[in-house]
Amino acid sequence: MNFEYAPAPESRSIVTIKPKYGHFINGSFVAGKKHFPTINPATEEILSHIALGGVSDIDKAVAAAHKAYTKTWSKLSGKERGKYLYRIARILQERAREFAVLETLDNGKPIRETRDIDIPLVAAHFFYHAGWADKLDYAGLGHSPKPYGVAGQIIPWNFPLLMLAWKVAPALATGNTVVLKPAETTSLTALLFAEVCQQAELPDGVVNIVTGDGSTGAAIVNHPGIQKIAFTGSTDVGKKIARAIAATDKKATLELGGKGANIVFDDAPIDETVEGIVNGIFFNQGHVCCAGSRLILQESVADEVIEKLKVRMAKIRVGDPLDKNTDLGAINSKEQLIKIKELSAIGDAEGAQRWSPQCELSTKGFWFAPTIFTGVTQANRIAQEEIFGPVLSVLTFRTPQEAIDKANNTPFGLSAGIWSEKGSRIFWASQHLKAGVVWANTFNKFDPTSPFGGYKESGWGREGGKHGLAAYLKSGKETGAK
Amino acid sequence: MATKKESRVKVNKTYKLFINGAFPRSESGRVFEVSSQNGSFVANPALASRKDLRDAVVAARSAQSNWSKATAYNRGQILYRIAEMLEGRAGQFESEIVLTSQVTPSRAKAIVSEAIDRWVWYAGWTDKLQAVSGATNPVAGPFFNFTISEPQGVVAIAASVNFIEFIDAIAAAIVSGNTSVVLVPGGLAVPAMSFAEVLATSDLPAGVINILTGSLDELAPWAASHMDIDGFDISGISKKMHPALKEAGAENLKRIHAFGPEKTPSRILAFMESKTVWHSVGV
Amino acid sequence: MSFYGLVDGTEKSLITFFDQLSGVDQVGAESRAAMLATRSIKTSSKKLAIETAISMVDLTTLEGADTPGKVRALCSKAVRPDPADPTVPSVGAVCVYNDMVEIARTHLDAIGGTHVPVAAVSTAFPSGRASMEVKIQDTQDAINAGATEIDMVIDRGAFLSGKYGLVFDEIVKIREICGKKAHLKVIFETGELVTYDNVRKASYLAMLAGADFIKTSTGKISPAATPPVVLVMLEAVRDFYTLTQRRIGVKPAGGIRTTKDAIKQLVLVNETAGPEWLTPELFRIGASALLNDLLMQRMKMSDGYYASPNYVTID
Repeated sequence: MNFEYAPAPESRSIVTIKPKYGHFINGSFVAGKKHFPTINPATEEILSHIALGGVSDIDKAVAAAHKAYTKTWSKLSGKERGKYLYRIARILQERAREFAVLETLDNGKPIRETRDIDIPLVAAHFFYHAGWADKLDYAGLGHSPKPYGVAGQIIPWNFPLLMLAWKVAPALATGNTVVLKPAETTSLTALLFAEVCQQAELPDGVVNIVTGDGSTGAAIVNHPGIQKIAFTGSTDVGKKIARAIAATDKKATLELGGKGANIVFDDAPIDETVEGIVNGIFFNQGHVCCAGSRLILQESVADEVIEKLKVRMAKIRVGDPLDKNTDLGAINSKEQLIKIKELSAIGDAEGAQRWSPQCELSTKGFWFAPTIFTGVTQANRIAQEEIFGPVLSVLTFRTPQEAIDKANNTPFGLSAGIWSEKGSRIFWASQHLKAGVVWANTFNKFDPTSPFGGYKESGWGREGGKHGLAAYLKSGKETGAK
Repeated sequence: MATKKESRVKVNKTYKLFINGAFPRSESGRVFEVSSQNGSFVANPALASRKDLRDAVVAARSAQSNWSKATAYNRGQILYRIAEMLEGRAGQFESEIVLTSQVTPSRAKAIVSEAIDRWVWYAGWTDKLQAVSGATNPVAGPFFNFTISEPQGVVAIAASVNFIEFIDAIAAAIVSGNTSVVLVPGGLAVPAMSFAEVLATSDLPAGVINILTGSLDELAPWAASHMDIDGFDISGISKKMHPALKEAGAENLKRIHAFGPEKTPSRILAFMESKTVWHSVGV
Repeated sequence: MSFYGLVDGTEKSLITFFDQLSGVDQVGAESRAAMLATRSIKTSSKKLAIETAISMVDLTTLEGADTPGKVRALCSKAVRPDPADPTVPSVGAVCVYNDMVEIARTHLDAIGGTHVPVAAVSTAFPSGRASMEVKIQDTQDAINAGATEIDMVIDRGAFLSGKYGLVFDEIVKIREICGKKAHLKVIFETGELVTYDNVRKASYLAMLAGADFIKTSTGKISPAATPPVVLVMLEAVRDFYTLTQRRIGVKPAGGIRTTKDAIKQLVLVNETAGPEWLTPELFRIGASALLNDLLMQRMKMSDGYYASPNYVTID
């Protein structure tokens, strides 16, 4: 019997997209001056037009955030701040389906992922941080730790609303106000989030959203009224920011790139490992800073794992992100697709063997079939550089120490995976891996209580958990914004 | 001929116990009378017996495993939902507190607001307790060693007649995954049963909180000696009874505590146990 | 017997074989099953799935109170599930205790149901606690009475105490008795085996010993055919095919009550073992109440409005 799944599209009618958006400053939407189109990467249809924020827009936003901080937000008790965050969390739960559909349209990722992973995590982040607002004395940062004032936040396009939650929730819980710039290609859920702030009756100016491009982000980084910067994005831009603030007192947390090593030992639970490998690199089209983009297989099980992996990859359903049965959606932008293709061509040139299952890809939109390169070595560029797409580089190892050495042999240090049924081996490996997040017998798992961030060039600081609060609170003798 | 407008006869509430998510009468058939400030009749809450207590403990015990296995997030969601329901009924609680205790309406309003805010404060602890009370311990050897805090099991609570302390005691007990049997004296029975109604509409699993209205003098000794109760919050009982209760509780080394009116995570941790795990580290 | 050339029939060689099997991570298996449960099967694919599921049902009555009348009524339902609609396919088989086999077979033949096989539960079902002689007689009686499918239970006590050789030998013996007259399904009672590692071991043990089908449960205890258990068994038959070129069938039984549940099972098959298994020759669903829910869902698909139990027969 040929069991083809009929199309099962989620309806778009739940969400209303305006033809044009401005910025959200001081509790209301204000018109923008210049606009640029934002598209659905699965179809290239234009969804709306987004305002290109300039220095004056940032000025207004920072002024609003500063006023809100001094006049309102810093005067509220943690208890009351927390209740606003609880409201936001609950409204996000109520409007969850609307946000999931909008995120899928704007980003290109499958509705199953936005519905089952992104949006529930978004609500959970606000819920978790709401409860910290009046418990900061217990966060291990001393008695009555103080916020900075206005935090400038710049977020990426791969998990638009989730990255917003990771930034806004702790900032507000700790008593800061924010000016946030969403990514150029994915601003729509941030703009809808502004509506949630209004429904929650969040005081004006506590959250401000200014859309735009790299220049808008630079305006935030350089603004004298912002002493605390939080950035998630590429390592290159992260370094630019670090240089830009070197001569200032500004503090920054940076969540940057990675080239995560997924290590499979010979005693791994093989079928679940294959699922974990697939989840590690093909979840979210591989647009994940902590993706398991290097598979490091013990040589004795390499053939078996690769064989099973190929069989499993052939079952990945690539297609319309709004179809509930789609596993792999569209690449977020033409630019990103070009980068993925370029690096894959480099992989071919370096002599690695490329394999993809047969995939019918639409001619409209930006698509890339799930791909593995076997026969990759540490010296290859595709083992060193972040591709940020559904491309897996496969290497082998002989001894546990060799696996660790290969995993650590990179300027990055964000994530790693360990697959083994031996507990002592898992703890040994996790002790030796230089990675901010280590997953054992699982991958790409996130929780608001679990701190996330990288070693080395993967960034500074952690988000989530008790540790994530530290970024938004001044410790000891530091001076900050008045 | 003008007809006099009838004054409407109200449908008064019958008061029962709250055990295992349902509202049974006391097996003893007894009630006690609650009157208002000026002596007028308010209600006949059930006067719980030791057999009701026995049944409540059975319900609490059978609910405890699932309640503690629920994720901290899930428990936090349910507790926050209870706060939403409380907020919706704030007016009812305020008038019941005015009716049954010596406070003014504005003081009652302040009490109810504070109680709801306290409940929200506790709800926010479910997923933070481990970060604050747990640890990884750098033992001198190749071991991964960690300490986590777990709920003790079934906690009995002798509530004080103060509504805020009633709320505090219950929240502190169940946040971590304990289940509870709450003994409620006097006029507190009236808002306590409204609280039970809130619980019944909040997705709280049956048996997690059980409420027995009645006499502390009668029920507390039975709770103190009950071998299947793990902890006992005796804040609401007069100090002169404490020694006898502690002596009775010694039989199963019950964890017996009395607390003051402040909100503190110590109140939660008092009904938790620490577990330390060692795991060898090596290839 | 050659046991596919993979073991020699001794307990020692079985244990050696088990040692090369990888373990099953509970969290990973359960999350894969949960992800597959989110598949949305609509319109034409739903219609096809319902028809297929109906043809895969092993319509079952296994009660102490079974009577000839009850069994005959079940057989009528099995041949023509919807008296008002002759396009509804017959079910996959009728499943009864061995002393009801003759009644079932006779009645089925009398009403034009010669194409519906009779399966008998056997070997002291459901507990499996009896002497080997009794289990052999149990099986023989069923085959003599006309059963062409035998659903045997394994000795869980022996399995859990590590006497794999004993479990193996019992299956080999019953397979021998079935000969060419009946196909053999081996029931694990996964609820008693508890761990997925055990389910994987039991799957290979049964297949090596000659099972034609591996079956999750007796339907008498809970949990029964949970999605992750069925997933592990489907992985086993998939990998066994790679090893031996032989396809073994899978039968989940117990706890599958609604069309949604049945469709989830078909999705598991489709994306684990593969579409080759989507036939009553290789996949059956042990159920009783499920059939009416499938019929009601089928009605809704053709009528366009929700059905009522009034319009399906109780037996």
